[in-house]
Amino acid sequence: MLDIQNLHAGYGQMKVLQGIDLNIQQGEIVALLGSNGAGKSTLNNNISGIYEPTAGAILFEGENITGLRSEQVVQKGIIHVPEGRRIFPNISVRENLELGSYLRGQKNRKANLDRVVGVFPRLQERFSQLAGTLSGGEQQMLAIGRGMMAEPRLMILDEPSLGLSPLLVEEMFGLIQDLNKTGLSFFLVEQNVMQSLEIADRAYVIENGKIVLSGNTDALLDDPELKKSYLGV
Amino acid sequence: MEFLGLDLPSYSWQTVLGSAISGVFLGSIYALVALGLTLIYGVLHIINFAHGALLMLAMYAVFFLWKLLGLDPYLAMLIVVPGAYIFGYGLQRGVIGKASHGRDEIILLVTLGVSIVIENAALFFFSASERSVLVPYDLDGIDLGVTYAVYPELIALGGSLLITFALWLFMSLTDTGKAIRAVAKERQGARLVGINVDHIFAVTFGIGTACVAAAASLLVPTYAVHPQIGYLFVLIAFTVVVLGGMGSFIGALVGGFLIGVTEQLGRLYLGESMGVITISVIFILVLLFRPTGLFGQRSG
Ligand SMILES: Nc1ncnc2c1ncn2[C@@H]1O[C@H](COP(=O)(O)OP(=O)(O)OP(=O)(O)O)[C@@H](O)[C@H]1O
Ligand SMILES: [Mg+2]
Repeated sequence: MLDIQNLHAGYGQMKVLQGIDLNIQQGEIVALLGSNGAGKSTLNNNISGIYEPTAGAILFEGENITGLRSEQVVQKGIIHVPEGRRIFPNISVRENLELGSYLRGQKNRKANLDRVVGVFPRLQERFSQLAGTLSGGEQQMLAIGRGMMAEPRLMILDEPSLGLSPLLVEEMFGLIQDLNKTGLSFFLVEQNVMQSLEIADRAYVIENGKIVLSGNTDALLDDPELKKSYLGV
Repeated sequence: MEFLGLDLPSYSWQTVLGSAISGVFLGSIYALVALGLTLIYGVLHIINFAHGALLMLAMYAVFFLWKLLGLDPYLAMLIVVPGAYIFGYGLQRGVIGKASHGRDEIILLVTLGVSIVIENAALFFFSASERSVLVPYDLDGIDLGVTYAVYPELIALGGSLLITFALWLFMSLTDTGKAIRAVAKERQGARLVGINVDHIFAVTFGIGTACVAAAASLLVPTYAVHPQIGYLFVLIAFTVVVLGGMGSFIGALVGGFLIGVTEQLGRLYLGESMGVITISVIFILVLLFRPTGLFGQRSG
């Protein structure tokens, strides 16, 4: 579905990604693990067209989407729920969700809105509240809900569990699995290594802009390197 | 009557009320000019120095449509407003956005440059002389008892209120309106839902320019056109925007009325030339005691 080949990217003179190879198959949950500053968000932003890679290729369903503008990437069905949520604080919860289908999923807006509030009943209670006044956890729900409004085919989640209570984290991983069962593929960036590996099919580990480890999650869970650096055992 | 040591003339309440009402009419146009300015500020976070020049340009367009084609200035709105939208869209997308590389201090200089270019072009092509549109109904009107309101005043008030309301509906109900508000605060989030931010910026600039063109149509029956006319209104519009609160629609409306009424009462009591000075005094008082304006947000 998504095929990233030898991707290089950075900010001005600073090189961050130094030849990333990574792929996601239809229907998979693929986790990306790595320490702070490894380049995870940079990779996401280059996939979704916020930044343009300096070299390499990104293919989506065989089509080259390298360097496309963000709205073109959204149109393809790659929906990026970014780190820090990036919801619209100055407009209502409802309007945030509606704008989720600004470009894609316009036709089924009503039905998708019902579906999102079915998943997050809390959002419906706060429909007319300004999104900036939501709690952190509610904002995270809104960010995911807004992404769902675009009828994604591949959803990129950048640290969705950040700032959530353990109970909510549990719920969120459950939700990802539920959505995955409906055919949605996920690229999941997480610090919650254990839980991500439990729900993911495969995982990649990134260090200093390079993939240093990858494979099926069952195998990775037994990997001594990973255990040492990420699980602290 | 004495006030702050000044010896002010005494007037009957009818005269004062009549003067205040004419201030409301005047203020409605200030509000409309300020509306475009506050919209552009609220979304693009730039103070558009070209706003006055665009007002002047639109007034010339209305004038020439009347002079050459005999088109009524109010009907001219049907041409000038869409034309201004397209012009404003192109100006932002092709010039201001491109030249500024996203840096606010450069945008400021670019809009200033644009205004200088437009004003000098107007001086060159149209000369500094004043031109007036004569409409047959400019002195007809309705007797309100305390004052006589001419049709151009009534149309200005009605038109401004209608346009402000229509713009508010547009911003609340349409996807483009919601996108404009979203982009004002969260550009990256906007891009991630597929909003083309450059397009929305240009749309916003176009709408702001369309507002000022509507104001031009409403002004032309009572104000002569000349290359410097924009300054007068835009300086007042800046005051209105700051008074009302940067970025606030309702603030632009209320601020416009307040300034219009203040100016007319200032004229009445202090004489013609002091009218504008009372505005500046209000402006400074607002900045001292409520720097975010009447309806402005405290932060962000
Ligand atoms: N907009 C930017 N401009 C310049 N440098 C940046 C920018 N964003 C990130 N960087 C730098 O790029 C490197 C990778 O950052 P990135 O955000 O991709 O890390 P990350 O893996 O997502 O980390 P974290 O787990 O903390 O979110 C860091 O050194 C960071 O300082
Ligand atoms: Mg990150």
